[in-house]
Amino acid sequence: MSTTVAPPRPVYEPPAPTPPATPAPEFVPGAPPPAPLWADTWRGIAKENPVLVQMLGMCPTMAVTNVMANGIAMGLATTFVLVGSGLFVSLFRKYIAHEVRITSYILIIATFVTLADLLLAASFPEISKALGPFIPLIVANCLLLGRAEAFAAKVGPVRAVADGLGMGLGFTLSLSAMSAIRELLGRGSLLGIDVMGPHWEPWVFMVLPPGGFFTLGLLLITVAWVAELRRRRREALA
Amino acid sequence: MTSVAPHCAPPAAPTEPVAPPESAKAPEVSSWRLLATLGIAGAAAGLLVVAVYRATLPTIERYAAQKEAGAVREVLAAPARWDTVYLVKGALTKRVTADERKTLPHAYLGFDASGKPTGAAITAQEPGFQEEVLLMIGFEPASGRLIGFKVLDQKETPGLGDKIERDSSFGRQFAGRIAPLTGVKGRAPSGEHEVQTITGATISSRAVIRIIDHAIEQWRPLLVAYERRGGA
Repeated sequence: MSTTVAPPRPVYEPPAPTPPATPAPEFVPGAPPPAPLWADTWRGIAKENPVLVQMLGMCPTMAVTNVMANGIAMGLATTFVLVGSGLFVSLFRKYIAHEVRITSYILIIATFVTLADLLLAASFPEISKALGPFIPLIVANCLLLGRAEAFAAKVGPVRAVADGLGMGLGFTLSLSAMSAIRELLGRGSLLGIDVMGPHWEPWVFMVLPPGGFFTLGLLLITVAWVAELRRRRREALA
Repeated sequence: MTSVAPHCAPPAAPTEPVAPPESAKAPEVSSWRLLATLGIAGAAAGLLVVAVYRATLPTIERYAAQKEAGAVREVLAAPARWDTVYLVKGALTKRVTADERKTLPHAYLGFDASGKPTGAAITAQEPGFQEEVLLMIGFEPASGRLIGFKVLDQKETPGLGDKIERDSSFGRQFAGRIAPLTGVKGRAPSGEHEVQTITGATISSRAVIRIIDHAIEQWRPLLVAYERRGGA
């Protein structure tokens, strides 16, 4: 009897991977999920408002919101820097090595801050003087580096600009609201135009630093309260 | 043989994407490339900033000059023209280089339409209640009589100390007074050396008086000597 060779043990072979129908998008760790452009913009204005939700950029929020013109100018200057730095961080994201990214982002942000400072001084000298060191200090606003690192460095330039615009407008809106309340009560005027009449005794307290803290606190309470009411209504409907 | 050996088990289907290994994520980058990245970015940023700086500088300087001219006109009661004199080695002179103009302490000498001197304007800065208060002061060097002053910069308490800039009745009473001044509180000033301080802004008012006194004390001899020399 000849010895028969045992048939080879069956070895499991994993199925050949089927190629995906569409080429997989480039893998970027921590990239934001795809979203339409309006959603990228709207996020910063409402849902993730820099001041009222993310609590970023508190220093200019307190310091320059004593009158409305300053609050709006600060908000628009920050918007300019957010959009400009977002665009450039996104354009050069493939060339900026991981090891030097923070340095590069700060360099881009600082360039746009300097441009904003010079352009403001050349176009609105009074506002530029009133804002004083707070325009150069935009460079230290964590909102800027935060958006560069968390968003602009991981998406294309169009989305980065949409996000920068949304965050900037959200910042401007919060600062305008704060400064409108403080100027109205603290000086009886809005944008320098008297609205409360000659018999209004200004609450000087409101244009001083403590007034800023109280106004911000009241705004945050209002925002949290509205969010809670909406959450309850959604749950009641569900 | 029914049981399947564990090593033959099909791998569980991946349910979520797995991050690539560390080596794939961050490839080693040479230092030269990092240097080149930062160097090029820095050079581009520098070029952009310098270009915008040069483009905006004339406008910014024009605003500053306009503001200064407005203040001179105000504190010297609208002179027909004025000269700028600079402090060099303890004496005033008109002849300085363009570079020195920006850094040297200087005074403005006002003249009326017939060329008669009307007074001198100087800037002075000293601490107020919170930060430095910058004033432009107009006075007649010969007599020490004040023509007026203007607050160029202050960061006093809004609503209280900043009345030194906004309260026009406080500013007006300085015209015609003679340095050294004294601040009085709660009564009308009497005599040429007294001015009334602002209620709620006593410290800031005293700071204004102190700045004016010091500035006139310091500049008056210089200006008198300059006039005696015949404006050389």
